[in-house]
Amino acid sequence: MKIEVLGTGCAKCKTLYENARKAVEMSGKEAEVVKVEEIQKIMKYGVMSTPALVIDGVVKFSGKVVSSEEIKGML
Amino acid sequence: MFKPIADHLVFDLFGLTPGSHLGDALNFFIYDTLKIFFLLTVIIYAVAVIRSWFPPERTKRILSHRREYVGNVMAALLGIVTPFCSCSAVPLFIGFVESGVPLGVTFSFLISSPMVNEVALIMLWGMFGWEIAFIYIGTGLLVAIVAGIVIGRLKMEKYVQDYVWEMQVGNGEITEQSWPERLTYAREYTLGLLKKIWPYVVVGIGIGGFIHGYVPQDFLVRWAGRDNPFAVPVAVALGVPLYANAAGVIPIVQALTAKGMAIGTVLAFMMAVTALSLPEAVILKNVLKNRLLAVFFGTVAVAITMVGYLFNAIL
Repeated sequence: MKIEVLGTGCAKCKTLYENARKAVEMSGKEAEVVKVEEIQKIMKYGVMSTPALVIDGVVKFSGKVVSSEEIKGML
Repeated sequence: MFKPIADHLVFDLFGLTPGSHLGDALNFFIYDTLKIFFLLTVIIYAVAVIRSWFPPERTKRILSHRREYVGNVMAALLGIVTPFCSCSAVPLFIGFVESGVPLGVTFSFLISSPMVNEVALIMLWGMFGWEIAFIYIGTGLLVAIVAGIVIGRLKMEKYVQDYVWEMQVGNGEITEQSWPERLTYAREYTLGLLKKIWPYVVVGIGIGGFIHGYVPQDFLVRWAGRDNPFAVPVAVALGVPLYANAAGVIPIVQALTAKGMAIGTVLAFMMAVTALSLPEAVILKNVLKNRLLAVFFGTVAVAITMVGYLFNAIL
């Protein structure tokens, strides 16, 4: 599984990245968590408000920070 | 509702005498703080719930290929209800222009969204009354509409950074949220925003209270009164570098009004604080060439200055 955190480097994006990592740890699943900061890649997903979370190429949500508990439920 | 609480705390519990300098200042401070935080919590929450229906992806679709005037008016109005954070200004701008939202319409949105925001509104309502808050919304929308039309007419598409036009933009899907999701979003948004602004609000009200109590009456009439023609442009120039502190600035400005600062000057100052900021300029530099960035700031600053003069003349 590949989890991407989209964001141009604001404080909220860092929080979401940490939450996503925690969620993967808690779930015990095999997943790679990466931060995507290039605007070209962010726009390819059609995301207009950051931070956003993408799991296996599907945008799960954008424009908000979500807790690690909730992200765990999406894995 | 908050008056008895403030009275009880200050006069009964702390044992201060009504009418004393300190007693009145503290009473003012507690009353204002309670009132403002109550308004902030309720209204930010309500606005956040409404916003859950207007993600930027939907706003973009509504504005795509709109004509001048209608597009500008709609963009300015949608700016109120679409959540916007200057850190997302780049993807938002690219998403808009790539999907065919005209440049001038995009700017109407970019001007209205930060300027006509709920925090500035609540603070104005709480400190100046609803009339001033509504005048602020109305003229804020007008500035966004007119400045957007002017920028659109100048045909400045070539001053958008070239890569923006070549960008591949995916189709962002709009997922319908359920009610529990909307309420959770609203709760977290409200808590997050309150956490960020509360120190500014408290310090602002504190300084405002100090000015009320200790700065002589009419102290500012000479410099910031309506008869000084330089007051408005100076206020606008001072307002641009101030940014996140809009919540803290209003109580101070309100106290300054009581000491003789004219109301048009206050409105212009507030608009400059919220609509234009240096961090935003740095972010927008990623998508705009210098010339367009300068035109954007210049047009908005001129429009705001005119608003200031207008209200100094008629209010």
